[in-house]
Amino acid sequence: MSESAALVEPSGSGRQLASQSVRSRAGRLTVHVLLLLVVAATSLPLLYMVSTSLKPEGTEYDFPIRWIPDPPVWENYLKAFRAVPTLTFLRNTLVITVLSLVGDLLSASLVAYGFARLRFPGREALFTVLLATIMLPFFVVMIPLFVLYRSLGWVNTFYPFIVPSFFGGHPLYIFLLRQFYLTLPRELDDAARIDGAGFFRTWWSVLLPLTGPALATVAIMSLIFNWNNFTGPLILLNSRDRFTLALGIRLFSDQYRMLLNQTMAYTTMMTLPIVAVFFLFQKYFVRGINMTGLTGR
Amino acid sequence: MSPKGIGALGLTALFQRHGQRHRLSLLQQEAIAGYIAILPWLLGLVFFALGPILASFILMFTHWEVLTPPRFSGLENLQRLAADPMVPIALFNTLFYTVLAVPFHLAAALFVALLLNVGVKGTNIYRVLAYLPSQMPVVASSILWFFIFSPTYGLANQVLSWVGIPPQKWLWDVFLVKPSLVLMAVWALGNSMIIFLAGLQGVPEVLYEAAKIDGANVWRLFRHVTLPMLSPTILFNLIVGVIGSFQIFTNVFLMTDGGPGTASLMLVLYIYRNAFVYFRMGYASVLAWLLLIIVLILTVLQFRLSRLWVFYEGEVK
Repeated sequence: MSESAALVEPSGSGRQLASQSVRSRAGRLTVHVLLLLVVAATSLPLLYMVSTSLKPEGTEYDFPIRWIPDPPVWENYLKAFRAVPTLTFLRNTLVITVLSLVGDLLSASLVAYGFARLRFPGREALFTVLLATIMLPFFVVMIPLFVLYRSLGWVNTFYPFIVPSFFGGHPLYIFLLRQFYLTLPRELDDAARIDGAGFFRTWWSVLLPLTGPALATVAIMSLIFNWNNFTGPLILLNSRDRFTLALGIRLFSDQYRMLLNQTMAYTTMMTLPIVAVFFLFQKYFVRGINMTGLTGR
Repeated sequence: MSPKGIGALGLTALFQRHGQRHRLSLLQQEAIAGYIAILPWLLGLVFFALGPILASFILMFTHWEVLTPPRFSGLENLQRLAADPMVPIALFNTLFYTVLAVPFHLAAALFVALLLNVGVKGTNIYRVLAYLPSQMPVVASSILWFFIFSPTYGLANQVLSWVGIPPQKWLWDVFLVKPSLVLMAVWALGNSMIIFLAGLQGVPEVLYEAAKIDGANVWRLFRHVTLPMLSPTILFNLIVGVIGSFQIFTNVFLMTDGGPGTASLMLVLYIYRNAFVYFRMGYASVLAWLLLIIVLILTVLQFRLSRLWVFYEGEVK
């Protein structure tokens, strides 16, 4: 194994081999240069966002762009935060995000356990239906869902974003968890049964605690989805005091579009928690997406 | 054996006798438990997916403006669909966007994944920076890119000036607005890239070794080993990508609102307008069904065509 291959995280054989095929110094240098170009391209818009967010008023429209804010004005963030009821938006977003997370984790786990461990007639057919609904475009069900929520009096409430989570959440979550349950040894179930545990006791006390990594993956997907969700709130929430951050940021940019620096401060504020979650739980992100990729195999 | 284990054995005996007396067999009990376990999802499926799809089908044949009660209108909405000049425009725009965005997005994602797969020093940092844009809230990135594309002070024109290209009007240019959206889609290549990386790491080493013994160079290794072995992953990304790009909405809604003129009017934006701006729920349902049928046809088509180019391990051809 080459010395640098030992430095990268342990992974499949593909990577080690690929690194052997690009062994020469010139080859590695080329890869570095290309990767630097790639990350320059992906990061430049983000750098532009952060740099603009700190610019003093009047300099944010300068062209050619002055990249270093002189002096950096941190107050832009405070002003942007106060210009609209950001705390209310944040609270609303957190209520939806946290309650929906609880529902997603509990119900998707239980359903996944059923599909992975319990034998019942029609299981395969129902699982195929579940796989098919992963791909169902949201906009196909959007109108009738709006009708349903309207007749239930749920328009301008948080129920439409929380209640469905307690009914399995997104089918993708169920699929991911089911794949994880399948990797746990059957002997665990048998031992629990021998100890007198019923099916649900076996799930709750024996298997569920072992699915931590997969639950973390689903938790992150659920958090990010609800934090970023725009279309649902756009259609269903119509009074300011019920707005989520995603709607609040639009409200802000509609009202204060002239203040580019503050608008960029607002978008940065909304992006930062995602970046933080990403850096804290990077491996779960990657694992979750790896697992979704397994459907292709 | 531990005392606990012996105790467990005794308990089993007890349970078995108990089970024999019970009316339901163990298999039946398991089946009932199974149905109870999946019940939340089953109910959700009925109320939040199948029910709405059915309701949407019925809505197609009604005239309904939300505030007045719906009335049966027969095929009126379908006739409107056939005569609506906006529909071909929206379909063309969406298809045009998809045909450009999906291949460029996938090619870029694969390219970056291949580079990352080499595993040079600092790969972790490169990976993070390439991945982050895809996780940014779409509202935030739409607002950001709206300013990046500014004809007078935007970053996009700044970059062009570095390579000596005159400034463009981007979102305000009939011909550039769709390519501008494609650029945004390419920028957010992270998810597809990670899936490609996973696929690449699943390619068995022996294949590369065998090919190298046969004297294959880097290009031939890619063309004859990597690509075929990666083809199931490519198919997955392709299908997800097409479905996703056919539903492009948030960024056009926030950045162009379909403009200039109708140059970026996309199918879902048109559905949204009909449903929640013009309150034509029946007609919007027709358009939603059109979206469903198109997505279904494209998905089935891709699966069919995939037989020609996707290679599955263990399959005898």
